[in-house]
Amino acid sequence: MNQSAPNYYLPQPTRWPVVGSVALLLMAAGAVMWMNGAAAGPWVVAIGAIALATMIFRWFGQVAGESEAGRFNRQVDASFRWGMSWFIFSEVMFFAAFFGALFYVRVLSVPDLGSIESRLLWPEFNSAWPSAGPSFTGRFTPMAAWGIPAINTLLLLSSGATVTVAHWRLKENRRGPLSLWLLLTIVLGATFLALQAWEYGHAYSELNLKLSTGVYGATFFMLTGFHGFHVTIGVIMLTVILFRCLAGHFRPDHHFAFEAVSWYWHFVDVVWLLLFIFVYWI
Amino acid sequence: MTSVQTHHGDHAHHPAGVMRWVTTTNHKDIGTLYLWFSFAMFIVGGIMALVIRAELFQPGMQIVQPEFFNQMTTLHGLIMVFGAIMPAFVGFANWQIPMMIGAADMAFPRMNNWSFWLLPAAAVLLVSSMFVPGGAAGTGWTLYAPLTVQMGPGMDLTIFAVHILGMSSILGSINIITTVLNLRAPGMSLMRMPMFCWTWLITAYLLIAVMPVLAGAVTMTLTDRHFGTSFFSAAGGGDPVLYQHIFWFFGHPEVYIIAIPAFGVISQVIPAFARKPLFGYGSMVYATASIAILSFIVWAHHMYTVGMPITGQLYFMYATMLIAVPTGVKVFNWVATMWRGSLSFETPMLFALGFLFLFTLGGFSGLILSLTAVDVQVHDTYYVVAHFHYVMVAGALFAAFAGVYFWLPKWTGRMYDERLGKAHFWLTLVFFNMTFFVQHFLGLAGMPRRIPDYALQFTEFNQISSIGAFGFGLSQLLFLYVVLKTIRSGDRAAQRPWEGADSLEWTHLPTPAPYHSFETPPLVK
Amino acid sequence: MTRRVASRTIGIGIGAALAAFAGAAAAAYQWNLAPGVTRSSQGVYDLHNIMMGIILVIFLAVFGVLSYAIYAHRKSRGHQAAQFHENTTVEMIWTVIPFFILITMAWPATKTLLAMRDSSNPDLTVKVTGYQWKWGYDYLKGEGEGISFMSVLATTPDQIYGNAPKSEHYLLEVDNRLVVPVGKKVRLLTTANDVIHSWFVPELGVKQDANPGFVRDTFFRAEREGIYRGQCAELCGKDHGFMPVVVEVVSAEKYAAWVAAQRARMAAAADDPNKKWELAELKARGEKVYGQNCVACHQANGQGVKGAFPALDGSKIVNGPAQGQIALVLAGKPGTAMASFKQLSDTEIAAVITYTRNSWGNKAGDAVQPADVKAQRK
Ligand code: HEA
Ligand code: HEA
Ligand code: HEC
Ligand code: CUA
Ligand SMILES: [Cu+2]
Repeated sequence: MNQSAPNYYLPQPTRWPVVGSVALLLMAAGAVMWMNGAAAGPWVVAIGAIALATMIFRWFGQVAGESEAGRFNRQVDASFRWGMSWFIFSEVMFFAAFFGALFYVRVLSVPDLGSIESRLLWPEFNSAWPSAGPSFTGRFTPMAAWGIPAINTLLLLSSGATVTVAHWRLKENRRGPLSLWLLLTIVLGATFLALQAWEYGHAYSELNLKLSTGVYGATFFMLTGFHGFHVTIGVIMLTVILFRCLAGHFRPDHHFAFEAVSWYWHFVDVVWLLLFIFVYWI
Repeated sequence: MTSVQTHHGDHAHHPAGVMRWVTTTNHKDIGTLYLWFSFAMFIVGGIMALVIRAELFQPGMQIVQPEFFNQMTTLHGLIMVFGAIMPAFVGFANWQIPMMIGAADMAFPRMNNWSFWLLPAAAVLLVSSMFVPGGAAGTGWTLYAPLTVQMGPGMDLTIFAVHILGMSSILGSINIITTVLNLRAPGMSLMRMPMFCWTWLITAYLLIAVMPVLAGAVTMTLTDRHFGTSFFSAAGGGDPVLYQHIFWFFGHPEVYIIAIPAFGVISQVIPAFARKPLFGYGSMVYATASIAILSFIVWAHHMYTVGMPITGQLYFMYATMLIAVPTGVKVFNWVATMWRGSLSFETPMLFALGFLFLFTLGGFSGLILSLTAVDVQVHDTYYVVAHFHYVMVAGALFAAFAGVYFWLPKWTGRMYDERLGKAHFWLTLVFFNMTFFVQHFLGLAGMPRRIPDYALQFTEFNQISSIGAFGFGLSQLLFLYVVLKTIRSGDRAAQRPWEGADSLEWTHLPTPAPYHSFETPPLVK
Repeated sequence: MTRRVASRTIGIGIGAALAAFAGAAAAAYQWNLAPGVTRSSQGVYDLHNIMMGIILVIFLAVFGVLSYAIYAHRKSRGHQAAQFHENTTVEMIWTVIPFFILITMAWPATKTLLAMRDSSNPDLTVKVTGYQWKWGYDYLKGEGEGISFMSVLATTPDQIYGNAPKSEHYLLEVDNRLVVPVGKKVRLLTTANDVIHSWFVPELGVKQDANPGFVRDTFFRAEREGIYRGQCAELCGKDHGFMPVVVEVVSAEKYAAWVAAQRARMAAAADDPNKKWELAELKARGEKVYGQNCVACHQANGQGVKGAFPALDGSKIVNGPAQGQIALVLAGKPGTAMASFKQLSDTEIAAVITYTRNSWGNKAGDAVQPADVKAQRK
């Protein structure tokens, strides 16, 4: 394995991308069928999802193989770093759209619906946040911050720490502790997800807080839901990394994939902090 | 090209035929795919424009039903923006950036392939939406809520198409940013890169910042449609105007995503035919960056009539007007580049000059629109349609034509037919103005956009516009002919057919450019 | 193509374009904004002219220089290229000067805008509601308070589809105009029932979006009597092009007379909600209501538009128990174009439902009474 392959690595032609495109096409078409009541919808989505998973697995597997075979020189490594950073930036902007929506409804639209002029349309609306809007007739209880969400905050923050410790161990080339710390991170992440799932169940069954509970429900579930989805992906990626560690991949000076996943994990962490503050707390 | 070449060495694996194009990881192949895809979409979107113009040839409903007209407008806008113009410039980026900075290929060749092959998937979704019950989305390309909530399954297909288009743009941008930042040849400092690379670097940042936001907007639309959320419904505490804010936070930078690479092409073409270096390179870079930054803080100039507070209107008016300053710097620099040059007027230069005149005109009408009080009168009228076709057709599309004529010799090794190229330019120029200049008057007189039928006093200008549109469309057949003729039987081109062109692809690479650009990086002094 | 063919094609192109422009110029078409009849519209008109002047000067300056270069610095005249490529002073100048030009432009633009936004102290307040695809007007305050009506396109489908000659105000005429007194400040509160519409009358200098669920305001004070026409200016679905706005500005006396007439009409039209109607009577009334409210989507033959609007002819809901359809028409179906029609009176709803249940192939045979509707309102 040499760190300084002479040239920038240029891969052979590949068929995985087009498989990925067809997979996404199937998933999209299937989802449209599903949402509009066609019976075949779920099956088409499933086929697409399997194709996509295969494609990701094989494609990334190929890259991991090339990496272990020493094909990547420092310049390639730097490319990966740039690539991952800007990918995470694009994810940040995706969340920004939903945070923007949350701030907008809290600061502008809900108060506006309670304004004098709006009396014309919604005579009885009392515009205090949390609100499910003027035509929501039932009652719901907003999610409290200091129960499970606070515990979840602790879990995620400590998982950020454990993944960092794992990274240190990797740099010291202490493989045993590396895997253990990584495993601990995964367990923390999975616990987070389990608690989150429980919390959703609680919201649906006891708090009457649903996706359809006006704009509070919409922002709550979409923000926490997309975050949870990202945590799930993070846990999967961490698991892959754990297996790669166990398979002897990575060296103290060559472990971009590990770092990429840990960056991703920290990003998920930071998003959670913002969620905790703006969705649950204030 | 004799250097040690270890890694893409074994050429035996390269598939031939269709599979070559499906599996390719070569930036030139992918660039070619992008360019042909873009042209195909231009024709599809153009035919839709012709349906619109045919229906508008005279008052009354003659050819299509109103709901189908709305679908045409929507698909025309979406296909032209996401299918024709953006991929065209990504095609240029793929071909040119590695050659211009002295790299072998793009930073992530496999991902590059995916960025392209996502586009046909999105196009299939978009076009198939016409054939589902209820037809395509009839909401305008802006997909405003809550009209979107009323649409049929075609809307869902559109939403997923937008998701996939967004993925394609994000992956493509990551590739471009990484290539430019990490793969420059030794000695090629950022401030020595050809202007085209700079414009794409900046554009790529715009893309990764705003495409995810658009994805968020259409995702909210999707959940409002099917999963009971109330982001855009007052009844649940949301707001239809929220959609507009999110959309335009994407939408305004989007128009510069279209314009800035066009600026890049023009900045290569003008110096080459003025035989004089680009004037004010540094200020060009700063101006482009300023345009990009300002573009994030002006979005609500598309929403002056939604009823925002007057302070909001004033702020967005002032901020929007400011963009004229850096854009002006660019225009002045181009003029100064030509000043006291040694000008010749081959087809690329003609298109660049056409761009310069007409884009500036479109910029001026933009400035008129930025004045809130005036916009109240002309918002959502044909004045706006005229404005954006000046900046996007006479702006971006003309620049793309300039770029094709400019680089075609390098790409194919053959010269295009100069006479036919010039004919294409003059026809395009005349018919363009015939189609769109009169639309200013229609708008000023109060003709709303997105209507399939109109009051009698608008008849004559509409007829002129419709005739112009058909002429414009036919002229593009000539373009297709010129390109095909060049590929088939053009005269052999020299390594550097344009005297004034001095970026690496002209000075360091043979014509046609080899399959792998720089296997060993050149040393740039 | 040979050179001759190419140049001939160009010639034909240019010729066609010039001929077309000349044709247009010969007739008197509107080339510019309408000065209009309000301070706002006149303010905008003047502002736009000033701005066009400034822009024209800049355009001539920039392209004067460019044209000179194109003429004088061309290679074919043997001009040698100079090699300068920057000049900080010049670059500073052409950054700063446009900035000052913009400030000069912003000043009048701000003044005009401030004047356009002051809707305080109105003489008359009217609520304007956008529906797919018509406008509803409710006089809330001022002379005429309590008047309320719908305003629907009056151009016939025959004219639109070319089966009848087009009238003078093709597409710009309605059954009931918004009537307001001259010289009085009229405040409009805009809102919408279904999707976004936009209330736009160029000669009044007003364009204001009507957002569903929100109330926005604007105003105008027309200085001259007359009839002013405009159109909905926000894409609102299929018939977006067919929902004009017509405002009739009349003298104070005429306005008073109009108000009195409206009052009389409303009193006469007010139905006794307890009246028992005959089937035939209700059906006849229902046909009118259908023509004004439902026909745009469900079509005159009850067949709807395939894929977009369901057929009522043969519909399960229409042929099922009346309660089901009453509930649907009262509440609408959220998330679809089928809006709530609760703004119609009990009698109107009863009539239209009776009509749909007894028309085309539907043969329910019963009459739905206003009292049934009333019972189902919440
Ligand atoms: C390539 C795309 C592109 C570009 C570059 C621009 C450039 C500009 N646009 Fe345009 N615009 C669109 C594409 C574009 N636009 C589209 C697609 C829409 C409609 C979307 C929809 O609704 O569907 C739109 C709509 C639009 C609106 C909303 C209109 C409405 O819906 O009511 C406004 C309002 O402010 C606006 C303003 C501007 C301004 C101020 C610029 C400026 O950047 C222009 C700056 C340039 C100049 C001013 C000329 C050169 C400068 C000089 C020579 C210097 C000296 C000049 C002075 C000091 C005056 N645009
Ligand atoms: C960069 C993008 C782009 C481009 C290139 C174009 C190109 C054209 N546009 Fe487009 N347009 C938009 C972007 C673009 N447009 C957008 C964003 C909207 C707003 C949509 C909305 O409101 O939501 C819009 C809306 C729009 C409208 C307003 C519709 C409405 O409000 O209802 C009109 C009307 O005239 C129009 C016309 C045209 C015409 C005639 C061309 C021509 O330039 C097209 C010419 C090309 C061809 C004709 C095809 C190629 C040639 C052939 C296939 C040869 C065969 C030809 C013949 C047989 C004649 N466009
Ligand atoms: C703007 C368009 C529009 C208008 C106007 C409209 N409808 Fe509808 N209507 C719809 C749509 C769309 C549906 C289908 C809703 C759905 O998806 O279930 C519908 C459904 C119905 C149905 C149920 C049909 C079925 O079999 O599912 C009835 C009954 C009905 N409308 C009656 C009326 C009446 C009566 C009026 C006038 C007072 C009216 N509609 C006006 C769009 C409209
Ligand atoms: Cu109502 Cu357009
Ligand atoms: Cu804009």
